[in-house]
Amino acid sequence: MLNTMERPLTRNIHPDRPPLNLKEYEMTGGYAAVRKVCGGGMSPAALQKLVQDSNLKGRGGAGFNTGIKWSLIPMDDKATHPKYLIANADEMEPGTFKDRLLLEGNPHQLIEGMILAAYAIQAEVSYVFLRWAYHKAADLIRKSIQEAYDAGYLGKDILGSGFHLDMHLHTGVGRYMCGEETALLNALEGKRATPRAKPPFPQISGLFGKPTIVNNVETLCCVPHIVNNGADWFKGLSYSEDGGTKLYGVSGKVKRPGTWELPMGVTMRELIEEHAGGMKNGFELKGVLPGGASTDFLTTQHLDIKMDYKSVTAAGSRLGTGTMIVMDSGTCPVGFVHNLQHFFAQESCGWCTPCREGLPWVEKILLSFEKGEGTPEDLELLHMHTQFLGPGNTFCALAPGAMEPLQSALKYFRDDFEKHIEHKKCPYD
Amino acid sequence: MLTATEKQEIDHEISLVPYKKASVIEALKIVQQHRGWVSDESVEAIADYLEISPAEVDSVATFYNLIFRRPVGRHVILLCDSISCYVMGYRALHKALEEKLHIRMGETSTDERFTLLPNVCLGCCDHAPALMIDKDLYSDVEPAMLDDILNKYA
Repeated sequence: MLNTMERPLTRNIHPDRPPLNLKEYEMTGGYAAVRKVCGGGMSPAALQKLVQDSNLKGRGGAGFNTGIKWSLIPMDDKATHPKYLIANADEMEPGTFKDRLLLEGNPHQLIEGMILAAYAIQAEVSYVFLRWAYHKAADLIRKSIQEAYDAGYLGKDILGSGFHLDMHLHTGVGRYMCGEETALLNALEGKRATPRAKPPFPQISGLFGKPTIVNNVETLCCVPHIVNNGADWFKGLSYSEDGGTKLYGVSGKVKRPGTWELPMGVTMRELIEEHAGGMKNGFELKGVLPGGASTDFLTTQHLDIKMDYKSVTAAGSRLGTGTMIVMDSGTCPVGFVHNLQHFFAQESCGWCTPCREGLPWVEKILLSFEKGEGTPEDLELLHMHTQFLGPGNTFCALAPGAMEPLQSALKYFRDDFEKHIEHKKCPYD
Repeated sequence: MLTATEKQEIDHEISLVPYKKASVIEALKIVQQHRGWVSDESVEAIADYLEISPAEVDSVATFYNLIFRRPVGRHVILLCDSISCYVMGYRALHKALEEKLHIRMGETSTDERFTLLPNVCLGCCDHAPALMIDKDLYSDVEPAMLDDILNKYA
């Protein structure tokens, strides 16, 4: 087991106890990073540089260097105000349950990370955009924000630094699209959560047309630890060139499904066989979605790849959220992919035609396979859709993401599709 | 017509945003909290109060799946139908709930006690399958546990 210094994000999270209140959080070193930067210990530019050097990459799935993302915010006197900092806590990628642990387990860690990120870009207003289903997290965050105001970490002239920051909690009302950063901005403006054209990027024209940064919860929770311990320490936590630890998760028919903070770059084998305890008795591993519903399948031949951005991409998939879904030998791959496509078809916002029309079509074809009515032509039609709905043909990443598990299922589990055609029924029933 | 309490709560939301219209989602949430769902009359009242058209309010209301534009029962069951729950037993729970409540997905029981709705991933994949009733999350649910769970709700 790793010592506690090596799992900075979760060392003070104990699921059997209530999370730390402000006083307790301070006693574990909490808000020291805010006191450091607001006490004149670090300029906004130096903080941006530090995070850039730490090689912290966005934990929401895209994997972009966080410090570079911040550096695109206008910092000169001509910048429009207020600037906004938003924590994306809309965790809705099916099979993903990592941010919930951080939100329920240590809300002050997120708030501290947000204050630091806001300081780095000199934002005056911040929001936690929380998904509706996380009721427990909502109560905890509301209470913790109030505690932070009462202690002077939020509000006017924080710790006498001249830096002001307000923080609000926004709870959503559903829709996967809200996790896409520009759709999230529309939702916060009280509109339908459809994506926006880029450019302009949110850093230039974001919420209410003002400079805005949207960061994932796990990303923001890393920031206080980078400020306290330095970029080299953060990089040293990792087994790969990407900095830090990562919250990994495993769900499906394994002995101990769960989520663990581990060095970035542990292997898929270690996660499934050691941390998740291996497959349940009577089940074999057939496939894995390594980072949520919108990532390509990997199979048993990939077990020894490192779970970092570069290695998973090289293997033909994406690290995504780092929470993997295991498909066992008793689950029909066609039914599995049908379930995924039902989700994506339902959650398409309808803004662009290929996604709005194409995904329901894919869903219907997969249903026909499940009923034993699929044909060899249907198989070709599915393959064609993976190209029509692929990158570059749609307004945002929803449909291309939906095609990732489909195209890889057609590659690795083609015989299962063919058996449905041949036997005119699901061979797993 | 909006009640004085509803107006007061919506006014607070308006005070936090640059223009009135930006608080339409909050206004819908507030009305649903008080009335259980959002009727055509409620859509018109919100539109009137925020000085936008009813169609604009409805375009937002119908976009978000947790704004209810039809009446719901006293308790709403959200059954997770996403992938981890699908693998771990969603289909058995779906069947058992429809049989016990004598309704199909999307319907409300005749005694108006429960509305059964599908829902996307509840973020509880390590304890799948999961469902939520009102604000209560239930995880590692098996069909045999459903009677005890449902009995908690009058």
